[in-house]
Amino acid sequence: MSDAKIELRNVHKRFGKKVVLDGINLTVPKGESLVVIGGSGTGKSVMIKCVLGIIRPDSGEIFVDGKNVLKMDAGEREKVLRKFGMLFQGAALFDSLPVWENVAFGLIQGRKMKRKQAKDIAVEKLAKVGLAAEVGELYPAELSGGMQKRVGLARAIAADPEIIFFDEPTTGLDPIMADVINDLIVDSVKDLGATTLSITHDMASVRKIADKVAMIHKGKIIWAGSRAEVDDSGNDYVDQFIHGRAEGPIQMEVLKP
Amino acid sequence: MNVFAIIGRVVLSTLAEIGALTRFVWLAVTHIFRPPFFWRLIAQQMLRIGYFSLPVVALTAFFTGGALALQIYYGGNTFNSESIVATIVALGITRELGPVLGGLMVAGRVSAAIAAELGTMRVTEQIDALTTLSTNPHKYLVVPRVVAAVITLPALVFIADIIGIMGGFVVGTGSLEFNPGVYIKNTVDFLDADDVISGLIKAGVFGFIIAIMGCFHGFNSKGGAQGVGRATTNAVVTASILILAANYVMTSLLFAN
Ligand SMILES: Nc1ncnc2c1ncn2[C@@H]1O[C@H](COP(=O)(O)OP(=O)(O)OP(=O)(O)O)[C@@H](O)[C@H]1O
Ligand SMILES: [Mg+2]
Repeated sequence: MSDAKIELRNVHKRFGKKVVLDGINLTVPKGESLVVIGGSGTGKSVMIKCVLGIIRPDSGEIFVDGKNVLKMDAGEREKVLRKFGMLFQGAALFDSLPVWENVAFGLIQGRKMKRKQAKDIAVEKLAKVGLAAEVGELYPAELSGGMQKRVGLARAIAADPEIIFFDEPTTGLDPIMADVINDLIVDSVKDLGATTLSITHDMASVRKIADKVAMIHKGKIIWAGSRAEVDDSGNDYVDQFIHGRAEGPIQMEVLKP
Repeated sequence: MNVFAIIGRVVLSTLAEIGALTRFVWLAVTHIFRPPFFWRLIAQQMLRIGYFSLPVVALTAFFTGGALALQIYYGGNTFNSESIVATIVALGITRELGPVLGGLMVAGRVSAAIAAELGTMRVTEQIDALTTLSTNPHKYLVVPRVVAAVITLPALVFIADIIGIMGGFVVGTGSLEFNPGVYIKNTVDFLDADDVISGLIKAGVFGFIIAIMGCFHGFNSKGGAQGVGRATTNAVVTASILILAANYVMTSLLFAN
């Protein structure tokens, strides 16, 4: 148990009648990169938001560094949240603030750093994701989708977090930009020595950034193993997913209303 | 469809809504007094809510004061109309029309703007992003708006009082040919500080309602652009109704004796 950075035990969550998480069990070992794969709408984003305390699960336990975050009061929780960085699926940049302030936000608001000093760090992090200092003066609406993702990445790593979550970092990008982002993730993680939990549909991304892989289906983790084991997992669900076949045990609910 | 099932569902969802609103108000109010305080944001919101509402509120007050003067003149007996018009305009504006009409105009402008802004932040996950950057969304988004509205609404209404009385004066001395000196004397003689203050207290309460309804509906909006549109409409409608209801309650309390 000692090397588990994050652990979810039997986590359940439903919205109204719709069961989204149906007993999730998942461990992210310290310093490793776990990638969760699974179809659209299977609850991947909801799972991450449960760990971050944005969504409260109905039952189950979530441990970060061995402490149950669901039993903490607001103050303790805020302290735990400082360990996290998060890249949102849609980047979720603050559109009322210029790019550099987006990147520096956690430093200025969360850690009370002086604006001047925070801006220097923001520019440095922007450079790390391949963006010039001038981009820092633009507003998020003036950026392309790929640039927004990169700014989101810079924001996620700005405060040197111990744990980083990436929610579909490459979705909606061209293959080359996707590869650039994958490299950035690998590099930033190596630099920071962080523990990461990523979500993706993109097998190229899995092969590049994963140490371990887990597959989620209908609110449960149905398979977990190392990256090397993905290709001969012997699991029909995993096989169908990584080869992108319409035929197989996973039935897309396209015909039902 | 079973009628009782429908009634039951409506009652339950209304109760749930009231519960959620109570919780939201509690969070907002308790966070007002707990550090950190975002002075910059409060100043920014005061400018947006107060300063930019000035033209709307001033015009509303001016025409209302003028129309009130005409109405009292036509409706009352012309025999001591000169003193009655001045007094009723002054009392009507400061006690009721200034705060209520000012509040309603600002509700239309500001509740809608707040709900649209926060609603967009909600559906694009910007509010979730705040949490992951160690910033409490209630403190960062709700508190500055509530504080700014509670401070600026009385200031706006005070200006509206002056302009509304001027509207009555312009019509009274212009088209009704009253003596300006007598008009001013009547206004000053009959107007108490209490009349003005009761109106300003009302205005502060209306400011609270306006900001809270905008924030509450924005925070709880879901489902993309359509959801944000619905949140905006709901914010204006509920803020307006609550203003009128609160006005009735406060009038009956403040003027009970
Ligand atoms: N706040 C919410 N209220 C109600 N239902 C929700 C909410 N958030 C998510 N859901 C539902 O939970 C299910 C899982 O959503 P989630 O966003 O986790 O999917 P996902 O696995 O991340 O999919 P994708 O790969 O498309 O991003 C969806 O069916 C969604 O409708
Ligand atoms: Mg998702």
